[in-house]
Amino acid sequence: MKMINIKIDNIDVTVPEGTTILEAAKKVNVNIPHLCYHPDQAIKANCRICVVDVAGSKKLTPSCSSYVFEGMEVQTNTKKVRDMQKGILELILANHDQDCLKCLRNGNCELQSLCQRFNISKTNLEDTVDALPLDNTNPSLVRDSAKCIKCNRCVEACQKGQEVYALTHSHRSVHYNITPAYEAPLEQTFCVFCGQCSAVCPVGAIVEKDDTAKVWDAIHDPKKHVVVQVAPAVRVALGDVFNLPKGSIVTGKMVSALRRLGFDKIFDTNFTADLTILEEGNELIKRVTQGGTLPMITSCSPGWINFVEGRYDHLLDHLSTCKSPQQMFGALSKSYYSDITGIDPADIYTVSIMPCTAKKFEAQRPEMKTNGVQEVDVVLTTRELGRMIQSAGIDFIDLEEGQFDNPFGIGTGAGAIFGATGGVMEAALRTAYEVITGKALPDLNFTEVRGLEGIKESTIDIDGLELKVAVAHGLGNAKKLLKQIEKGESPYAFIEVMACPGGCIGGGGQPIKSTMDVKAQRIDAIYQIDENLPLRKSHTNPEVIELYEKFLGEPLGHKSHELLHTHYKSRGMKYNFKELME
Amino acid sequence: MSKTVSFITENFGKYDPNSIDSYLSIGGFTAVKNALAMSSKEIIEIATKSAVKGRGGAAYDTGRKWSQAASVPGDNKVVICNADEGEPCTFKDRNIIEKDPFRLLEGMIIAGYTVGAQNGYIYLREEYRHLRSLLRNAIQQTMDKGYLGDNIMDSGFSFHIHLYSGAGAYVCGEGSTLIESIEGKSGRPRIKPPFIKEAGLFLLPTLVNNVETLAIAAAVLQNGVDDYIKYGTPDSPGTKIISLAGNVNKPGAYEIPFGLTLREIIYDIGGGIPDGHKLLLFQLGGASGKIGSANILDTPYTYQGLAKEGLVVGSGGVLVVDDRTRVIDFVKSIQDFFIHESCGKCTPCREGNRQIAKIIDRFVEGNQKPDDLHTAERFANIMQNCSFCGLGETAQSAFLTAIKHFPEEFGIQQEVAK
Repeated sequence: MKMINIKIDNIDVTVPEGTTILEAAKKVNVNIPHLCYHPDQAIKANCRICVVDVAGSKKLTPSCSSYVFEGMEVQTNTKKVRDMQKGILELILANHDQDCLKCLRNGNCELQSLCQRFNISKTNLEDTVDALPLDNTNPSLVRDSAKCIKCNRCVEACQKGQEVYALTHSHRSVHYNITPAYEAPLEQTFCVFCGQCSAVCPVGAIVEKDDTAKVWDAIHDPKKHVVVQVAPAVRVALGDVFNLPKGSIVTGKMVSALRRLGFDKIFDTNFTADLTILEEGNELIKRVTQGGTLPMITSCSPGWINFVEGRYDHLLDHLSTCKSPQQMFGALSKSYYSDITGIDPADIYTVSIMPCTAKKFEAQRPEMKTNGVQEVDVVLTTRELGRMIQSAGIDFIDLEEGQFDNPFGIGTGAGAIFGATGGVMEAALRTAYEVITGKALPDLNFTEVRGLEGIKESTIDIDGLELKVAVAHGLGNAKKLLKQIEKGESPYAFIEVMACPGGCIGGGGQPIKSTMDVKAQRIDAIYQIDENLPLRKSHTNPEVIELYEKFLGEPLGHKSHELLHTHYKSRGMKYNFKELME
Repeated sequence: MSKTVSFITENFGKYDPNSIDSYLSIGGFTAVKNALAMSSKEIIEIATKSAVKGRGGAAYDTGRKWSQAASVPGDNKVVICNADEGEPCTFKDRNIIEKDPFRLLEGMIIAGYTVGAQNGYIYLREEYRHLRSLLRNAIQQTMDKGYLGDNIMDSGFSFHIHLYSGAGAYVCGEGSTLIESIEGKSGRPRIKPPFIKEAGLFLLPTLVNNVETLAIAAAVLQNGVDDYIKYGTPDSPGTKIISLAGNVNKPGAYEIPFGLTLREIIYDIGGGIPDGHKLLLFQLGGASGKIGSANILDTPYTYQGLAKEGLVVGSGGVLVVDDRTRVIDFVKSIQDFFIHESCGKCTPCREGNRQIAKIIDRFVEGNQKPDDLHTAERFANIMQNCSFCGLGETAQSAFLTAIKHFPEEFGIQQEVAK
């Protein structure tokens, strides 16, 4: 690789050809301010705050989009550069609703940090916040255009990464806005509520819908028995909120924190992940042996379900009919759990802690009811749980290691890896192999389906039955597999899809700054949890076995069908342009 | 004696622009024939000798641009004729299209041959929709006569021309924005690199030239480069079509040799200011251009002469404003234009225009605040230095030069300004 020698603030640095000034500066510990730049995204260069002075250039140069050349001399800290960077910051601020103290991103806002860095005190500019109405009528996300700085990170996440194309820009000049087409509210668009936009927004313009107040109310309501479940991906990300090293495993502390918050029972979604494997594994076996629709595709990821119901509603039969682990848990909490505790389902308040904003949408689907009540009452994202713990004054880092409660407290390693892309596939293969052959798997690790490659595939030989499988994460990748199916060219029997890049550990509800580097560390942590568990196969989970013996009967049985399976329907999202124009 | 000349415009009024036969009868397509008998290198040498600078406004050396375009590897390239002539007070391209459409097509064919392109696109501004049928007809007739299409005149060179219309955005005159627009995207400039010459329209190597630039190329190939560079000055040889407008007695598009003074342009060609009014200011190169005052009317209209006064040729617009207009009202009209035309993509242009407009409005009403001028200048400089594209970089040209030439209008005492 050709190396280029340049000077940044008179410091010599040698970097590979094709490096931007912004990246090169990091190498010599110069952090050039930036807002639209995001390490996982294409370069946009529209905020302009990263301008620097390059010798020989009359104007300033955007460092995020300018590549180094031999002999380049860059100044990042001259009076002119600093004054202009600060001026751009003032311009952004003047059109930004500065209710910082009431903002969900207070203390975790890139614009706020820059204001601190530039010592913004007064400006001669007049504040003019030119905004579209608040978009808060969906269950998952709130878009506040008054805070939008038009950096386009969300558009990039929605269009390039997810290929959903819900978010775009409208109008021009001072009327330029980031919005869905025709400025429709998100629920009237193809938005899948994956929340990847909220995960990359540098400010508080797109945030999760905060439901913490509802949970506090339930906890403080003496009539309510409040149970909580925690998804596999939360325990490797929650530590970020408390500045622990990325990928820290905080399962025990998290359980203790939840207990201190006042939840009556703390359960593990890993348990229903194991249960999902038994139902889904058997569904796969049935489809393969009895001639059902193939490839079968996983249904754990609600953003993914929304995507298929919206854009690929002709392929709904490919989806597994299994509810997601969250909803299986919800259903059991309002049936089995109610039976064994004698508590009226109406008095049981079920909370989920999820890495996901789409889970909020999923929980509110009208069909997700058991015994006449909503299965999951409230879904909190990892970020919201972090806020609850902080607001309760709990010193998280020094908490004792708590234990999940029974009867939904045991999860195997197979359940744990649901949090990483490829995890559901690996868990399913572990069980399918042993259930079909009756033999013990020689090696539990299906490494071919692990990792951050967009689409992974593998072939597994189950006693002569050759099963070709694929794993996709990020809807853009999933779309490629769907196109194959559309053409009748899909070679696979089983496909795992997770809507978010990296799987649930990269979910839209995870702590801010979940870059790909961070996701890789979380994935490592997930597999570490799996390695360290005594049980690593879903069908060996004793609580799951007990649940079938005492309550469900058998996988795909009558009770399972009633409680654990669902159906899908087209979102009927055919645009009515005339109506939208009006 | 008339101070205008007739080289680029030599065919104006000499033939029927609806008829290729009429064009052929005055020697039409001689330029293409001459070009096809030459090598690409020879044509580039001629273009270089002509010293023609891009006539859209950026004034990039045409010979160099063609040479770069020719050397970009690729067997599928594109030539775009930028006919988005969006600068207010600029209408010389319209004159060329209206009066000599075939010469423009010749210029495109020659450019395509020179750089190795197979397809040409004319990006016609939406406001020139009345010229669509004229151009479509010219393209069709040229195809029918075999000067366009596959294997032109048995040369082995094939070239097709497609007509595209903009949707009315000023910023689409910027090369990369124009390309986004042809591709069906919203009119916002594209990030570079990749550069247009390497990956432009449909990610193909692309050459973008202005209408006048292409017309000159055809004229030079027909008449010989020496006939062209005999006009003008040693530093700025040749001729230029200017769009003279505003408060002059005889507004219009005129071809002039480089080197006339601004006074000659305004008073001799334009017939002076109407009704005995006095010249207040003039703006060169459209709304993005800088303004000058009566003090510098003896500046020669050459690239170098104007540069000495901080002015540019730009699009070739010469807008004359007399003393019936207040300087600040003129500045406001320019500011209003850019508030309307900024694409909104980058912070300096979107928010800078918004803020500066408020300050200019206060000046118009006479209730400016003490810091206003300083603030507006500061952000105008930020726009010039930090904007994503040329629109934001030049949007404050008029305002900043108005402060320079008319400091008293902004409450600055003369001696302080000096």
